Amino acid sequence: MTDNNGYISKRKFMEELRRYEKGSVTRRHFLGVTGLGAATAVMGTAIPGLRPSPALAASDIGDRVILATWPNYHDPENFEIFTDQTGAFTQVNVFGSNEEMLAKLQAGGSGWDVFVPTNYTITTYVSEDLIEPLDLSKLPNYDPAAFDSRFAAAGTVDGVVYAVPKNWGTTGLAVNSKHEGGNAIDSWKAFFDRTMDDFSGRTMVHDYQLTTIGNALKYFGYSFNSIDEGELAKAEKLLIDAKPHLFAISSDYQPAMRSGDAWLTMCWTGDGKQMNSDMPEIRFTLGKEGGELWSDFYAIPKGAPHREAAYALINFLLDPQVNSREVLAHGYPSADARTDALLPKEILNDPILYPAKDLLDALEFGAAATLTDPNRAELMARFKSA
Amino acid sequence: MTQRERNWLLLAPAAAWFFVMLILPLSFVFVFSFGERGDAGGYVPAFTFEQYANLPARFAAFKNTLILAPLGTLAAMLIAYPLAYQLAVRTDPKWRLILLVLVIVPFWTSILIRSYAWLFILGGQGIPRLLDFIGIEDVRLIYTPFAVLIGIIYGYLPLMVFPIYVALDRLDKRLLEASADLGARPMTTFFRVTLPMSIPGMATGCMLVFILLMGEFLIPALLGGGKVFFVGNALVDLFLQSRNWAFGSAVAMMLIVVMLVTVTVYMRLIARLNTQRDDDVALM
Repeated sequence: MTDNNGYISKRKFMEELRRYEKGSVTRRHFLGVTGLGAATAVMGTAIPGLRPSPALAASDIGDRVILATWPNYHDPENFEIFTDQTGAFTQVNVFGSNEEMLAKLQAGGSGWDVFVPTNYTITTYVSEDLIEPLDLSKLPNYDPAAFDSRFAAAGTVDGVVYAVPKNWGTTGLAVNSKHEGGNAIDSWKAFFDRTMDDFSGRTMVHDYQLTTIGNALKYFGYSFNSIDEGELAKAEKLLIDAKPHLFAISSDYQPAMRSGDAWLTMCWTGDGKQMNSDMPEIRFTLGKEGGELWSDFYAIPKGAPHREAAYALINFLLDPQVNSREVLAHGYPSADARTDALLPKEILNDPILYPAKDLLDALEFGAAATLTDPNRAELMARFKSA
Repeated sequence: MTQRERNWLLLAPAAAWFFVMLILPLSFVFVFSFGERGDAGGYVPAFTFEQYANLPARFAAFKNTLILAPLGTLAAMLIAYPLAYQLAVRTDPKWRLILLVLVIVPFWTSILIRSYAWLFILGGQGIPRLLDFIGIEDVRLIYTPFAVLIGIIYGYLPLMVFPIYVALDRLDKRLLEASADLGARPMTTFFRVTLPMSIPGMATGCMLVFILLMGEFLIPALLGGGKVFFVGNALVDLFLQSRNWAFGSAVAMMLIVVMLVTVTVYMRLIARLNTQRDDDVALM
């Protein structure tokens, strides 16, 4: 019998489903308003017959592991391999923001085994007692010496390792160079000034207080993390002045940039890379004054229902072979020298992924206080409702 | 078992449902609204009116909602009425069912997906591009209050069509004949008989749409591009982004109060219209 009569294997179906998920979840904003991540998770459990069945359970870590992560952030093939090796199926929940993840864990009963917090959230998770100290003996693939300490440091709080590095990246700006008129936008000053001038009605800022307020602060040369009232007041005035000139306040900027509706946007590394690969006229650059540098981690929440499986999955994903496939799939740089050694030169030399040292050194990591500061949250609400 | 006991027993499931799904969560919201935000977000027990004192910080969100929700309701009604009239009065009964089903069909797909489709229809490659062909240049539709209004009308139209349809369908056709027999022209019959008789349908439709619109957050977020900020959006941000549950609860309580007031005023108004109509009918 051949299967050319429309039959689709379980595995093939899952691949298609994943591909569909991938396509549909490039939009952080979309996720932010829908909780689609939860929907895909429910879908995964509701159709157990669709899960690839393990050849033979090689260990007794249980039949599943639940991962809370960001959109487009893994190679689905790696999860298949993990299932084949361990018998545990990886159920992926995709989230739109760190705040949303924190809110879920604070509310309790998340049911996650592994999650992917960003650097500035980890101390909050520790002080709220929501995160498990890691037993490094269960993570033989984690070699601290191989990781760039700049991107690994935030995982350790008071000498205890709570999280191990996943990937890192930057928040810069993407501009459609066709409209720059020979005058390149390369700073946050130019970003906002041109928005209120020849880019009026064509600029997007994130629907995210950390980056939108942070970059407005950089316009004046203040720290990305400032919570100083006077400095925030100036940033607020800039944002409110710019608002009538904005195309949208949304973290879902790829569709509008690609269709040509928007010409300029705040942009994360991976989105910048994806747009630039498809449309070379869309240029990604960091603001001259600086901006955000971030680093994501793997961590285990307190009360994870499948703890052993959680360790097994993190250890598996830290294997340099596996990790290099991850990087090739999602396009975010890893902080692991062993992984870099397996990556092609074009990637390691890509200025979007690996910015020049002087640009990189001007960047700041987001701070815990920046995320939880109530004044910044109120400022964002005033900006959005103005 | 007495009749009384049987009645209570029959009501028990509904009562339990209301208690667990409405009274209990609302009590939490009420209690939270007097609390404080934790340092890392969430809720810390306290007894303070600070959250209520802060409500003016969301004045703009309430204002936006109270402008666009009635406007959307009114626009939906003006579009739904002729459609419902056509369906109930003019359409051949053998087509009626099919046409009614066509009105519901959009409900078979999530409002989210349908709103996302509007993103492309109103976006630069959609309607503005078509307008460009006929010489109308640089039309901006997406991410404007107008786009939100379109999305609202589109999303809520069926909820408006059905109550009006039912009211018109039930209308005693003999009244129309009587009106004609007494020499009224069709226009007069419509305004003196048909329209007043369909007020309950319009009232129900408006109520359904208005109440849902007051809590709407998806359409402004998707089609307003984050620039059109409703109370619903303020609530989403307060609970999911800044995690200020105490203030979020106060905003939610305020929304309930605003709804109670507007809906009460509205019901009074409708009741008055209805008695007026009855008086008119008595005069005829």
